[in-house]
Amino acid sequence: MLEIKEITRNFDSFTALDKVSLSIEAGEFFTLLGPSGCGKTTLLRLIAGFDQPDGGDILLDGKSIIATPPERRPLHTIFQNYALFPHMTVADNIAFPLRMVGCKPDEIDQRVAEALEDVSLPDKGKHYPEALSGGQKQRIAIARALVNRPRLLLLDEPLSALDAKLREQMQLELIKLQQEIGITFIYVTHDQGEALALSHRIAVMNHGTIAQIDEPSRLYSYPNSRFVADFIGQCNLLAGTVEQIQNDRVRVELKGLGPVQTVIPPNATIEAGMACTLTLRPEKIRISSTLTQDEGEVHLKGVVHDMLYLGDVTVYKVELANGMLVEALLANSSAGRARFFEVGDQVEVAWGFEAGHLVMD
Amino acid sequence: MQTKHWQQRLLTLPPMSYLLIFFAVPTVIMLFASFRYAGEYGGLAPWYSYEEGKLAFDLTLENWQRLFETDIYLRLFAKSIGYAVLTTLLCILLGYPLALMIARSPRKHRDLLLLLVILPFWSNFLVRIYAWMIIFSPSGALTHMINSLLDIFGLAPISLMYSPTAVIVCLVYVHLPFMVLPLYANLEKHDPALLDAAQDLGATRWRRFWKITWPISLPGVYAGSILVFIPVLGMFAIPDLLGGTDGIMIANVIKQQFVESRDWPFGSVLSMVLTVAAVLAVLLGAKFGQQAGQTR
Ligand SMILES: Nc1ncnc2c1ncn2[C@@H]1O[C@H](COP(=O)(O)OP(=O)(O)OP(=O)(O)O)[C@@H](O)[C@H]1O
Ligand SMILES: [Mg+2]
Repeated sequence: MLEIKEITRNFDSFTALDKVSLSIEAGEFFTLLGPSGCGKTTLLRLIAGFDQPDGGDILLDGKSIIATPPERRPLHTIFQNYALFPHMTVADNIAFPLRMVGCKPDEIDQRVAEALEDVSLPDKGKHYPEALSGGQKQRIAIARALVNRPRLLLLDEPLSALDAKLREQMQLELIKLQQEIGITFIYVTHDQGEALALSHRIAVMNHGTIAQIDEPSRLYSYPNSRFVADFIGQCNLLAGTVEQIQNDRVRVELKGLGPVQTVIPPNATIEAGMACTLTLRPEKIRISSTLTQDEGEVHLKGVVHDMLYLGDVTVYKVELANGMLVEALLANSSAGRARFFEVGDQVEVAWGFEAGHLVMD
Repeated sequence: MQTKHWQQRLLTLPPMSYLLIFFAVPTVIMLFASFRYAGEYGGLAPWYSYEEGKLAFDLTLENWQRLFETDIYLRLFAKSIGYAVLTTLLCILLGYPLALMIARSPRKHRDLLLLLVILPFWSNFLVRIYAWMIIFSPSGALTHMINSLLDIFGLAPISLMYSPTAVIVCLVYVHLPFMVLPLYANLEKHDPALLDAAQDLGATRWRRFWKITWPISLPGVYAGSILVFIPVLGMFAIPDLLGGTDGIMIANVIKQQFVESRDWPFGSVLSMVLTVAAVLAVLLGAKFGQQAGQTR
């Protein structure tokens, strides 16, 4: 539905977006995820029309919208500070886009009431925005943007101003709303947890380019680079070189730790001698005090360096032979057993051959 | 709580006593004077006499009756209010685009532009009016240009000097900064995201101005209007110097009563009416401004 073709945007000598290409399907919840300053807002403003690209094209249903001014693009933006009009009631705010296209008064009243119903604030129509809480303002902004059924909704970090609890609630509401109305969402965030929870697909951005586009679960399990592995969730990154390839197995020489076996990553070009990084999620690492002998596993010795009790889980940081710290998660399934190990304990770190995911540097 | 109240009162003491001494007390004296007789050689006659053990008050309603005897004074009031309204509107018309332009210009230029707006204050008020007298003078370049233009179309030459036009132009010139400054203070605070949001929701440039910028700026418009309307209503120097006989305003007559006719009681009557008109204007402006401010 929306196609972005090699979009480039330069600010003076600084390249904020470098030949970014994307294709978004109708009805999709698509997220742009990346660290601060990677160009997410810049890309969103180009799609909305507030800014013009220095190169490339944006197609909506196959037609270029580059020359269309923002007020005539069939898409709306949710701004980070909501941008509700302070001098209008909530109802007038929501009626605004309808008035701009010259709807009839009865139709406006009806659709405003429906929109308020949609965001579960049916009796707030007569209030002014300043009388609303942050979460309510957020919902009114969404109601206003959706009332005349745009093709596309752009959301720039819409939940960043809310506290954690409310944010989680609004995330669930956003998912429900998007499913119900079936409008395509393009969502910007630098919060990877939020991106994983909400999206159908995520584009991870870095320095004005796209690092990887994939579904959340694939992005988490099969990052295509060190950057993505590190940015999405917690990850242990062990540097090494490819030594030998046999069938579906790779032998990797980890720096200062010796050879380990792992599986060949899907669709990667891999050759002996290449520099690589073994990415390991903390929840896939086991730690135990006794030496176990298991054929399908990697075993390394270490010392507990640090631990962090988080309630549901405890995070252990274990120092390996090469001085590197790896993180492992242990679930605290029963109350009395919050502490399996103490700082300074000699432990063994183990993971299955298929637990690690190899990325080429 | 107790100490806070006490401190608050102490803080408001200087401004309150200032208002009491320089506004409330003179107003009461003026109101009282409007019911007294004029003194033989100007000033006021005594307001009571004590003859043969009997106290008599020498107070009268004559002065107030005189106000309504002819329609001269009421018409002059109406005309002055008309001038003040016209000046205020022209100041909005000229000042609003200027304030908007300054508020939307790059931050580093704004201070300089504001400085230029208040630059005229650095020279004396009367000097600036004399400058206009030179510009409007029959031998001035402006008059020459206009009259030679009129001549081309076969029209009779006009005189700019000593006309209501000259008065209005000068009133607007003098009071424009008082409109621009509060407007700028308001417009500068507008969140630019509101205009982006309005555009995103389908509003054209024209609509964005009338639906967003203008209504949010109304408190600034009212504040500026009060600051222009009130002093214009009481202005006598400009009509004195530029107005001739046609361009005279009510304050000229008040000045005349006090200085030339030496009729203080009637001057007080006219002053009272002017004060009431000004207070009403302030209340009205404050009320609208507050309403507009509440809906922000
Ligand atoms: N108008 C501008 N002029 C100059 N540089 C700009 C402009 N807008 C953005 N940039 C630069 O472009 C880069 C990308 O900015 P952008 O706002 O898109 O980042 P972002 O990914 O949205 O970051 P954040 O998560 O902090 O919002 C930044 O380095 C920023 O400094
Ligand atoms: Mg941003």
